[in-house]
Amino acid sequence: MKNPTTVERTSDRELLVTRTFNGPAHLVFAAWTRPELLKRWWAPQSFGITFIACEVDPRTGGTYRFVFGHPSSEQPLEFFGKYLEVTPHSRLVWTNEEGGEGGAVTTVTFEERGAETRVVMHDLYPSKEALDDAMASGSTCGFTEAFEQLDVLLVTPGASAEQP
Amino acid sequence: MVQYLTSDFDASFAALSDATRRGILEQLGRSDASITELAAKFRMTLTGMKKHVRVLEQAGLVATQKIGRVRTCMLGQRRLEEEAAWIERYRRLWEARFDALDAVVEELKRTEKNAGTHTKK
Repeated sequence: MKNPTTVERTSDRELLVTRTFNGPAHLVFAAWTRPELLKRWWAPQSFGITFIACEVDPRTGGTYRFVFGHPSSEQPLEFFGKYLEVTPHSRLVWTNEEGGEGGAVTTVTFEERGAETRVVMHDLYPSKEALDDAMASGSTCGFTEAFEQLDVLLVTPGASAEQP
Repeated sequence: MVQYLTSDFDASFAALSDATRRGILEQLGRSDASITELAAKFRMTLTGMKKHVRVLEQAGLVATQKIGRVRTCMLGQRRLEEEAAWIERYRRLWEARFDALDAVVEELKRTEKNAGTHTKK
């Protein structure tokens, strides 16, 4: 059984994503900060997205840059910003600067509970308009067509079977 | 979203074909407003504004509520449903990522356990 993923707009300017993982915080944290591990989950195969570049320097003041390719888009999609805080195994804070001034600040917390880790990802936008714009343009994910592909996959029996 | 019939799209298209009405939606996206406030903002008569609001209301883009003598306008159900649909798409993206992350965490756990077994030996 997969653990549920929840998304909630908690205010005019905030989005909250939560999920629990069956493993200790230091391993989940490693998967969020080591490029070779990030590459294996951040661009899900079912979305047809591929990593072109995955550069991360996970320390306070360090930068990151993710570049994705997608068959529906001629231009690669680029996401970049700066780590405002990196506290091993418990907290990550980074900026999202690809959209200019309207970008959110993302805070991810890793809370170990027994053998599990609860991850809470909080996006804080500078204004209500910035979040509304992100929602209207789809820029937060940038993969509108990919979602349609996923819709197809979701109704295909066996499509969710684990990849070798 | 499937329940919207062609007539709803027509109503919505007609409602959005007017620049003032698009401006009203943008304004209501920022905050709810009374007819009087909207009329002042768009420099038009109360009667003129009421007409625009009625068109938007019929298209489901705006909802109004009368409290006392003031009629307050807000974004309609249709707009709220669009937001809910966006959130669901966003949730699916993260769900797909996290399902893949599950596999990474499982593998790291196995690697760590094996490393532990080796040191014991």
